[in-house]
Amino acid sequence: MEKTKIGIPRAFFYYIYYPAWRTYFESLGCEVITSPPTTKEIIDLGVENALAEACVPVKIFFGHVQKIKDKVDYLFIPRVMSMNGKTSYCPKFLGLPDMIRSAIPNLSRLIDITIDLRKDPLTFHKAAVKVAKDLGHTAWEGLRAFHKAAHIHKDYMALLHKGVFPNNAIQGFFSENAGKTEFAYNDFIENKGSKQTPLRLAVLGYPYTVYDSFVNVNLLEKLKGMEVEVVTMEMMDPQILKKQRNKTVKRIFWTFSEMASRTAYHFFENSKDIDGIVHVTAFGCGPDFIVDKLMEIEAKNKHSRVPFMSLAVDEHTGEVGMMTRIEAFCEMVRRKKEAVI
Amino acid sequence: MRKVTFPHMGTSVFIFSDLIRDLGNEPIVPLQPNKKILDLGVRYAPEFACLPFKVLLGSYLEAMERGAEVVVTSGGNGPCRAGHYGEVAQKILDSNGYKIEILVFDSVFRNPFQFIRKLNYLNKAKLSYWSIAQLIRFYWRKLQALDKLERCTHKVRPRALNKGITTKVFKQGIEWIQQSRNLGEIEEAEQQGLLALKNIPQDPDRMIIRIGIVGEIYVLLEPAVNHEIEEILGNLGAEVDRSIYLSGWAHDNTFGHKKDSLHYARPYLGTAIGGHAQEGIGHTIMYAQNGFDGVIQLAPFTCIPEIVVKTIAPRITKDYGIPILTFFLDEQTGRAGMQTRLEAFTDMLKRKKRQPLKVVGGEKYARVFGN
Ligand code: SF4
Ligand code: SF4
Repeated sequence: MEKTKIGIPRAFFYYIYYPAWRTYFESLGCEVITSPPTTKEIIDLGVENALAEACVPVKIFFGHVQKIKDKVDYLFIPRVMSMNGKTSYCPKFLGLPDMIRSAIPNLSRLIDITIDLRKDPLTFHKAAVKVAKDLGHTAWEGLRAFHKAAHIHKDYMALLHKGVFPNNAIQGFFSENAGKTEFAYNDFIENKGSKQTPLRLAVLGYPYTVYDSFVNVNLLEKLKGMEVEVVTMEMMDPQILKKQRNKTVKRIFWTFSEMASRTAYHFFENSKDIDGIVHVTAFGCGPDFIVDKLMEIEAKNKHSRVPFMSLAVDEHTGEVGMMTRIEAFCEMVRRKKEAVI
Repeated sequence: MRKVTFPHMGTSVFIFSDLIRDLGNEPIVPLQPNKKILDLGVRYAPEFACLPFKVLLGSYLEAMERGAEVVVTSGGNGPCRAGHYGEVAQKILDSNGYKIEILVFDSVFRNPFQFIRKLNYLNKAKLSYWSIAQLIRFYWRKLQALDKLERCTHKVRPRALNKGITTKVFKQGIEWIQQSRNLGEIEEAEQQGLLALKNIPQDPDRMIIRIGIVGEIYVLLEPAVNHEIEEILGNLGAEVDRSIYLSGWAHDNTFGHKKDSLHYARPYLGTAIGGHAQEGIGHTIMYAQNGFDGVIQLAPFTCIPEIVVKTIAPRITKDYGIPILTFFLDEQTGRAGMQTRLEAFTDMLKRKKRQPLKVVGGEKYARVFGN
């Protein structure tokens, strides 16, 4: 019998949950198909189907769905409401399956199971059982697959905390000689005979903009080339971030936004650990007007020792403009650092 | 006396300012959003802030020029941005050196102690809780009366022989409600107002189209922001029905009622995503089922839930055959452009009404499992 093909678009939650999701479906005997890294073609496909007013990550998601929808039996686009029992996600995430279903014609079948840890402490288990049953497996098999996936997820998160970028970590997990490959760490670029002062920048933003090198025009690579060590919010120890929980009166509603702002607050407080903060955001992003403004005010007010820049990207972001801004920022930070030393 | 201001929302202004006065503060009545307020808001708000935020921030700044020291506003629990408005506005104003306190009232049930503390703070007149409850009941009734009159104008305006008269009579009615001093008088003012509106000479044979208006609450309720869309439509011969009224909205939010509309919305949008997305979809379907000719969606530019709604809208049009026109409003939206688009839309609806097209049912979308 041919394997059931499950499609997972390489966008949004991909960067955090792909290893777990793939493990789950593979242990149910399915084949997981994912779209290739974002390209111009994918963005164009997305722009065709998504609303002009939508932010670029939504358009990209639409593009990835277009790209694989005809190659799979089912598309896995769960409605993820809350993964931690407390905070939720941007409303566009919450309405994602509905938007896809309405906007993209001739869709293959959707698995749009709801996951909401706020309403139900057993939501993961129930979802795992339900999907397994619908795919023709037993509840027991579903649970077993879930446990395997949870295990992988833990390992994966540990790798991210250690400083491995998601793309490298995923490659390491699923490549031919998995287990044997060395993970490409984002190691500190040793000052090997270079005359430049090494820098350490926090690059904050949602995983789907920070790690999608097409949409941010290779930001991370470029920084690496400029001998800058990059810290992202996925590398932060959750326990350290938790200490920043009293910085806002009301807890920020959206999981990723909360992580970004807590990371920023952490570095504002521990300015010795970082040379600057770059906030990568998408043009027209809803939650970010709040997050970005909070960071900007904090940077300006009491902690002016940490330089801050916000970089907005969209489908038209040009390589040159981006490069100029990053170079200028790094230059400024470097001069500042050298002056202090 | 402490000088207190609050958000401007359509015709409800005098009600809140009276309430604030009765509690022993001096109300700084917010102006109807105008160019100056918008400019102030745009100057201090982040570029991608939603329009309501810009307008509110601008009107706080304007009220401060007139001495406002405290802002009273409502909160929200997300997942949309409005719940964070108060805090962000406070930080922006602080960092620009303004001295003002923004008092955010969340639902009583979220944090009763905080709610009472804030109430005590506002209660300069040291009224008992009983009297405060009475006061709220009194003003609540006024709000309801106001909304009733407004609903009536929507029916009368498209049929009126004389174009400007409905708005004039409505203003008169508002005044009557404002002046009433007890529940009995409000009742009477309401009756008088309704009567006066119904007595406006009308043309019973005119062809009237019916349009439902859905969307984000602030742009829906603030005529200064939506360029008096209801009036424009009325004058174009359309009877409008708005999906949200302040008295209805505040009720739903403070006491947690669910609307029928959610039931209809669920197949299209399976969960609440913040704002009034599900209500908007549900109401659109209800309008279609009740023989309305079209629906207009009003949304602030970059409004997240409304972007989701607009993405889903074509499918509703397909399934129910109801045309939907969307306006994304921002500080650049002009009245003239809006008027033109509305004229084209109403013309199209009228033509369609004269010779109804056969609506072909929408294709069914594959949906197998999940929930
Ligand atoms: S968080 Fe921002 S970038 Fe992400 S989907 Fe929402 S609006 Fe778009
Ligand atoms: S519903 Fe729209 S206008 Fe209201 S806070 Fe959310 S994005 Fe802004």
